[in-house]
Amino acid sequence: MIETLHSLSLGFATAMAPDVLLYAFVGCLVGTLVGVLPGVGPLAGISLLLPVTYGLNPTSAIVMLAGIYYGAMYGGSTTSILMRIPGEAASVMTCIDGYAMTQKGRGGAALAVAAMGSFVAGTLSIVALMLLAPPLAEFALRFGPPENFALLVLGLLVLAYMSSGPMTRSLTMAALGLLLGMVGMDTMTGLFRFEYGLSELGDGIGIVPVAVGLFGISEILLSAGQDTKRDIRTPRLRELLPTRREWRESAAPIGRGTVLGFLIGIIPGPGHIISSFVSYSVERRLSKHPERFGHGAVEGVAGPESANNSATTGAFVPMLALGLPSGAVPAIMLAAMMIHGIAPGPMLIQEQPQLFWGVIASMYVGNVVLLILNLPLVGLFVNILRIPYSYLYPSLLAFATLGVYAVNNSVVDVWIMTGAGLVGYVLRKLEYEIAPIILGLVLAPMLELNFRQSLAMSAGSYSILFERPIAGTMLAVGLLLLFLGMRPILMQALKWRGDAGLEPAASGERKENP
Amino acid sequence: MRSPTIDQVAGSVFAAFSLLVLWESRKIPFGFLAEPGPGAVPAILAFILLACSIAVVIGGRSGKRVAELQWTEWRHAVAILGMCAFMALALERLGYRLSIFIALLALVSIAEKKGWIAGIVFAGCFSFGSHYIFGTLLRLPLPQGPFGL
Repeated sequence: MIETLHSLSLGFATAMAPDVLLYAFVGCLVGTLVGVLPGVGPLAGISLLLPVTYGLNPTSAIVMLAGIYYGAMYGGSTTSILMRIPGEAASVMTCIDGYAMTQKGRGGAALAVAAMGSFVAGTLSIVALMLLAPPLAEFALRFGPPENFALLVLGLLVLAYMSSGPMTRSLTMAALGLLLGMVGMDTMTGLFRFEYGLSELGDGIGIVPVAVGLFGISEILLSAGQDTKRDIRTPRLRELLPTRREWRESAAPIGRGTVLGFLIGIIPGPGHIISSFVSYSVERRLSKHPERFGHGAVEGVAGPESANNSATTGAFVPMLALGLPSGAVPAIMLAAMMIHGIAPGPMLIQEQPQLFWGVIASMYVGNVVLLILNLPLVGLFVNILRIPYSYLYPSLLAFATLGVYAVNNSVVDVWIMTGAGLVGYVLRKLEYEIAPIILGLVLAPMLELNFRQSLAMSAGSYSILFERPIAGTMLAVGLLLLFLGMRPILMQALKWRGDAGLEPAASGERKENP
Repeated sequence: MRSPTIDQVAGSVFAAFSLLVLWESRKIPFGFLAEPGPGAVPAILAFILLACSIAVVIGGRSGKRVAELQWTEWRHAVAILGMCAFMALALERLGYRLSIFIALLALVSIAEKKGWIAGIVFAGCFSFGSHYIFGTLLRLPLPQGPFGL
């Protein structure tokens, strides 16, 4: 414990340095704007702004990106409550009771409860992150290539299982991402694969152009042509104070939302979205007056808002401790770390204590900044929505091109961004999740290296992946999830066999129902 | 005849892509299953993608149909993708400022019909302003075109 506090003080020394503090502030501010603007979620926001961090030192870059991530969670609640427009997907549940409170003249109180809930959840979940990540990383130091391979496979399978829609779709997307990650030089033999004479592809397909294209450009393509005028109403400062009753009713949902959000955030998948839905259902179920939900129940704002902020911090646990991104946003942040020459993984805390503890401490600072920033400036943020989208999206497009080009000074990356944008647009139209693609792309080199190293260790025996207890357990859990996810397909196949008269029981059924 | 489902179309495209990858992988040494070479993992992944695609096609027989999809924003989407392609082609030939200026002007004045004056003012301010911030102040090496633009 004393060691943790000592490390935290080291982190605060880093986080309070003027430049890091400035980038934490900028990250929170930009994140709030990203959260406020509908159509620009944290994923698209971070993808578009990733290139801005190239000139920064690694700590400032990660601090700024983290600020954008949790800042977007704060910002998303503002438009949900005041205008019933969810700034990002995790704020959908806040719309229901938050907007109902606004209609009753309690919009200011709803904003204050959301901000306070986010602050409390954010702060408590950072304490949990701080206590959980170092021992987890220490445990992961025992991992060899088979365990790392099993962990990466498990991460992908959990993400596919947790994704909305059939698991086969998500697995297809993950396989596509993994295949894209195969482009470029093979790390073990130095042989070039699928580079087709383009020297730019020798290092592989860049994560930045793919992320910016898949998330940023596809978002622009989907929202283009939607220039609607909005009725904007901002609450006065004195309206922001909740009543004692509202505070009392919010306390327990904030506590429950914090715990739920953190636990869900650790699991691979869109934790911040799932957690707000789960929290809302839990609060409604636990409430003595569930009929109030949907008509302005303050618990319906406090719970989901706390949960989605807590989940954001929870997502940092596997990312910082194991180097395993639990979703698309942590995957992009992991990519940012790699761009800055930092090897993510369990050694990060030992090798880069300044970065790890600096990021942790900056989160405490960021939460305070967001609380100070959000409530008094709520009117300013809401006015951002007055910018016509017909001017906003061309700016975002130009900015994305600039950022992607600046990575390697290469137009090939701009072409990759354009292609990824088109693919992302079509896939999202078809309601396919694109997050597994980016996760696959990030994990592919690690997955291949650990797979081949494992086989080299065992002289070609695949049993090494199942004989070692940690690797075996993780793969067994992964296979179980795979089975559970594929069950609908298996059941359908069995039904077809029955229909085709290949099974006696089914043919008997057919006789009864001619 | 009813139109195919989304999953049937998407699954078929992914299956075709996986077959293409398998075909292309033949040029890369596979090694052995016990000692995989550089072509082994791509081939295994292509097989996994093929299996998943077939499962998507099988599982998606009763899903949403392609004909039900709405593509209302397609004109804007084509214009935006066209501008992305233009920027990729023009960036190193015309330079940053000129390429961005033309792309933004086209999007604002033609695609969004906001008028030429508004388009010129917006595109000019953005292209020259962003070049000043990123190119001059932050010293990002941005490509220059004719007349040093």
